[in-house]
Amino acid sequence: MRLALLALLLLFTSCRPSRPEQIILASTTSTEDSGLFGELLPAFEAEEPGYKVMVIAVGSGEALEIGRRGDADVLLVHSPAAESVFVAQGNAIERLPVMYNDFVIVGSDSDPAGIRGERDAAAAFRTIAEQTQPFVSRGDRSGTHSKELQLWRAAGINPDTLHGKGWYYEIGQGMGETLGFASEKGAYTLSDRGTYLARANGLRLGVLSEGDPRLRNLYHVITVRRARNPEGAEAFARWLTSDKGRAVIETFGVERFDQPLFRPLPE
Amino acid sequence: MGDVVRLSLFVSLTAVAIASAIAIPLASFVSVSRFRGRNILVALIYTGFALPPVVVGLFVYMLLSRSGPLGGLDLLFTPTAMILSQAIISFPYVLGVSLAAIEAIPAEVVLQARALGASRWRAIYTRLREARFGIVASVVAGFGAAISEVGSVLLVGGNVQGETRVLTGTIMLETRRGNFGPAIAMGLILLGLVFMVNAALMFLSKSGSTPRAREGQR
Repeated sequence: MRLALLALLLLFTSCRPSRPEQIILASTTSTEDSGLFGELLPAFEAEEPGYKVMVIAVGSGEALEIGRRGDADVLLVHSPAAESVFVAQGNAIERLPVMYNDFVIVGSDSDPAGIRGERDAAAAFRTIAEQTQPFVSRGDRSGTHSKELQLWRAAGINPDTLHGKGWYYEIGQGMGETLGFASEKGAYTLSDRGTYLARANGLRLGVLSEGDPRLRNLYHVITVRRARNPEGAEAFARWLTSDKGRAVIETFGVERFDQPLFRPLPE
Repeated sequence: MGDVVRLSLFVSLTAVAIASAIAIPLASFVSVSRFRGRNILVALIYTGFALPPVVVGLFVYMLLSRSGPLGGLDLLFTPTAMILSQAIISFPYVLGVSLAAIEAIPAEVVLQARALGASRWRAIYTRLREARFGIVASVVAGFGAAISEVGSVLLVGGNVQGETRVLTGTIMLETRRGNFGPAIAMGLILLGLVFMVNAALMFLSKSGSTPRAREGQR
């Protein structure tokens, strides 16, 4: 009992009284898992020592919901269609393009559907469906998932008809887990290039289709209307799209992967 | 790494301490009460063992969200929020297991103590004392449920590096990044920590019974 009281006391002293300097950034697992924030945030905090950025790495759908509820100050997401709805509903102060990379269609080296080198991503998807070869879907309303659904529609296939098809696995997990699942099943999947490269070592997957303009993966920064720290959100968005932010984005990953993982916008 | 271990221990130990401070007195109260629907209440307590942590996390999230009823406290994405949800998760374990332990001690122990002139409170205390190993087991079960859960700490803590990232959140992240080795290693660290905490609790409950106290019970 005395222990419990002591713990209660500890609890109350551990409550932070105020965190005016903190910026809560809700973002996607792809940016966190690639390690981009590990370089971006120290650079920003060195420039603006008054602020400290806390990253909540979730899917784009969850990030937008967190923003809608006012639980984050600023978002960095890659789900343009859902973002437009978010902005149209009056949840954003500002939405600015930050950077892009691209999606790639990956699969096992044996490539049973024969899509290697196909530049038309929709045609590659149609071939996979016609050959009923295994395909893994994120199925989690993330930015990558919404891009995948868009590609099925472009291929003339209504994604709603795919539920329950034996070859179509909707696993509802992050990109890392999805790549692992595809590798074990010898299945195809859609991945952002950054996460694929970061994970490629442990995977039996190769890039089979790339280069379609529809495979572009756009990231926007959104300052949230109901933010607790709107000044901090504004400062972060400004810095991210400034020459200094662009420089960090441009050079990130070159050392480790011999290629940048993201390219700043506007070009 | 050390920070992650410290935060894991702090959050889960505090959570189980809070849960125990409420659940153990409640268990001793329920053990001496007879009322309609008592069996249903006990069945409900046991149902709490199956409470999915992610559901508790969602509930606490909605509660602490700036759009929620306690949004003004500004507690979302802090260790305090994680303590709250883990306290809820461990509560049914402490309550259910300690209730079973207390009821395993025959009520005659209380009657005898009363007959020997002990006050009502003293008699209840005697029964709790007899049941102490089972009560320690209830705290151990609650602590295990708290420190091993990942569903609620991700939601209400946000898994923020250096702020709210605990062992299970780190294991999740390393797994997602494909670093299976470090993930397994951290799982082993977690088990080692739980073992040490349990051993300490067992030791305390044993040393708590001095020869004189045992004498007094006879």
